[in-house]
Amino acid sequence: MLSVSGLTKTFPGVRALSGVDFTARAGEVHALIGENGAGKSTLIKVLTGVHRPDEGEVTYDGSPVRFATPLQAQHAGISTIYQEVNLVPLMSVARNLFLGREPRGPLGLIDFRRMHREADAALRELGVRVDVRRPLRELGVGVQQMVALARAVSVDARVVIMDEPTSSLEPREVRTLFRVIRMLRERGIAVIYVSHRLDELYEICDAVTVLRDGRVVHTGRMAELERLRLVALMLGREIGEVQGEGLTKFSGGHDAEAEPVLRAEELTVRHELHGVSLSVRPGEVVGLGGLLGSGRSETAKAIAGALPTDSGRVLVAGVPVRPGSTPAAIRAGISLLPEDRKAEGIVPGLSVRENIALAALPGLSRFGLVDEGRIDRIVDTFMKRLRIKAAGPHQKVGELSGGNQQKVLLARWLAMQPKVLLLDEPTRGIDVGAKAEVQKLIDELADDGLGVLLISSDTEELIEGSDRVVVLKDGVVVEELTGDAVTEDRLMRAIATAPAGTGDPDD
Amino acid sequence: MTELTLGRVTADRDRLLRLLQQYGVYAGVVVLLLANTVFTPHFLSAENFRTQAVQVAPVLIVALGMALAIGSEGVDLSVGSVMALSTSLISLYLGYGPWIAALAAVIGGIVVGCANGALIAFVGVQPIVATLALMVAGRGLALVLLPQLKDVRDPGMAALGSGDVLGVPYLVLIAAALALVVAFVVRRTTFGRQLLAIGDSRPAARLAGLPVRRVLIIVYVCSGALAAIAGVLATARLTASDPTSLGTLMELSAITAVVVGGTPLSGGRVRIGGTVAGAVLIQLLTTTLIKHDLPPSWTQIAQAVVIVLAVYAARERGKR
Repeated sequence: MLSVSGLTKTFPGVRALSGVDFTARAGEVHALIGENGAGKSTLIKVLTGVHRPDEGEVTYDGSPVRFATPLQAQHAGISTIYQEVNLVPLMSVARNLFLGREPRGPLGLIDFRRMHREADAALRELGVRVDVRRPLRELGVGVQQMVALARAVSVDARVVIMDEPTSSLEPREVRTLFRVIRMLRERGIAVIYVSHRLDELYEICDAVTVLRDGRVVHTGRMAELERLRLVALMLGREIGEVQGEGLTKFSGGHDAEAEPVLRAEELTVRHELHGVSLSVRPGEVVGLGGLLGSGRSETAKAIAGALPTDSGRVLVAGVPVRPGSTPAAIRAGISLLPEDRKAEGIVPGLSVRENIALAALPGLSRFGLVDEGRIDRIVDTFMKRLRIKAAGPHQKVGELSGGNQQKVLLARWLAMQPKVLLLDEPTRGIDVGAKAEVQKLIDELADDGLGVLLISSDTEELIEGSDRVVVLKDGVVVEELTGDAVTEDRLMRAIATAPAGTGDPDD
Repeated sequence: MTELTLGRVTADRDRLLRLLQQYGVYAGVVVLLLANTVFTPHFLSAENFRTQAVQVAPVLIVALGMALAIGSEGVDLSVGSVMALSTSLISLYLGYGPWIAALAAVIGGIVVGCANGALIAFVGVQPIVATLALMVAGRGLALVLLPQLKDVRDPGMAALGSGDVLGVPYLVLIAAALALVVAFVVRRTTFGRQLLAIGDSRPAARLAGLPVRRVLIIVYVCSGALAAIAGVLATARLTASDPTSLGTLMELSAITAVVVGGTPLSGGRVRIGGTVAGAVLIQLLTTTLIKHDLPPSWTQIAQAVVIVLAVYAARERGKR
């Protein structure tokens, strides 16, 4: 249906793709996988007309094509659902669904009644029930994703490309998504599916293509590719090594008797948190468990002074921190790695160097003048220690892969020599290799005596990485798992048996 | 085959646009200088260069502050009114001597800057709205203080306006010194780095614990103070205080210089060298057209063309 051969694309300083062959067939779900920076995004962008290839040919429906713009590709029947939902947040759900092809009434005006009816029907088909008149931004990310999907399906697409569609979905929504994907497959639509979640790939995909460093390293049937082999292919390592190391394993030694380095007492934020208390000892990794919308991110933000609290207090090493002030929290030694890396973490237009030095800047200056030599040394140390892959310290952070952006952020905070690290989804949306590195790093940091509060939607990561897990539900601590009780089973049960009502899909 | 060529042409065009944005303004200055050397009589005289430089100095000083405001993803529309306020204050305080008068003018600029900064940083008003309010209020206040044109008869002021060192007018020296200071501040100080980070991504800067409010207030105080200095210099050169017309449309000239100089309106970057060249380019363009007896309206059209070109180059680059 849609295929490329001998595709090469070079960006200044980087060869993003070299000699890539890839074929998506009708009625097949094709997994496209690889580490960050392997070239998946570039390949997708070439397929959808965002980038033009330097060499090679794109064939669609048997004849060579060259899409000059994404619009042309869309008109030809190629729909893409990007990682970041690309819809208009202020417009209603229905308007988003029919954007650019609204049903018209006799005067050429938009027939809102019909549009709402049809939008409602389209979403019901996907198992989503929302008021289609509501502005999109008022809805959860999961619902937004379903709207994007509904839009892609309803434009009579023949190829649907999904870039990490499940990264912000809840399990129930993932089920719905898979049902829709199977429906698409039966209709003879070619689906290209990009994801880092191996379980999902094996569940839904028929074929697989693995990219590494801009080249295809494997292509074939999904079912015939062993899991371990797949991971080894992505990482470019031997199987023995991968097995030995494990994928999501932190271990942590700490002194159970030590005074907590961080104590949060009765944190309350209207509608969000109701008297959340927890403590973290030096060298300890405390997991924060719960569903989306249970108040995990809010707890982290409240501790870091980024979310004003109505009551409660935060103590670092026994000393109260002035509430509601990020600079005060940072001075006290609290560092937050925010959930939304792109919007709240990196400063995309500045270099790797400036991003790392950003928070520590006042300490690296004398009389307001920046000490370039000291910055160079610190940046050099952290780029090596965290193995940040960049063309150099002066490359813009916006151009790096997600995993490397996350490492730059970690470096920014480590340069502050914090006492407590709050990590909100530190490995979301980054590839397996970088993920293992980040997890190992968290482990090392805890060993060095840092207190770590870890938030992760990946239960396996949470359970294996944490010494204790505090379980939240609807802004209340419902249970604390310690010692042998830190298991996935216990976590699920803690969430399930909690007395509060069902979770809000918004996070 | 044609498609391949097309691809190459696009790549070339991208590169050309990038060069245009980075160095176009310098090239423009050089081209205008060369063209005038050939086609304009008496262009290559020290006297002419002095005139040009003296005329560009106030615009340049205002543009320096504007570059900071734009770099922080803001804008300062009140600069022209600050110049007017500055000239009124000079007339009012000239009785205490030229230094006190100049000091009063600069303090006036700082006060306006504080008001701008407080509205933006603490109240959360958008920069364009906040500074628009101060633009209207500033001009009004200037006219209350000094309702009509008044001669400035002061030897100190006159010396500032027309004196020179080794043939280089004070005005030009002051403008050049200020440009160097601002360039240094942007590149080498904590404040400069924080300003760029705030302009590029405010949520990230906030979560990184940057003193966002303080930086924003300093930005607008600098812009106000620089505009006030420009007002002092313009008053000294004209030897008159005219709060009705001094600094009108100055905000647009300054924004033009900054934008033409390659500083993107989306913030996160400040190009001081480009801003200087941008101000010079607009000045040369105006002179060229005037010297060739084209009506002033042509100047405005030419300026518009340059702005559109600059914004086009920046936009194309921003998409990448």
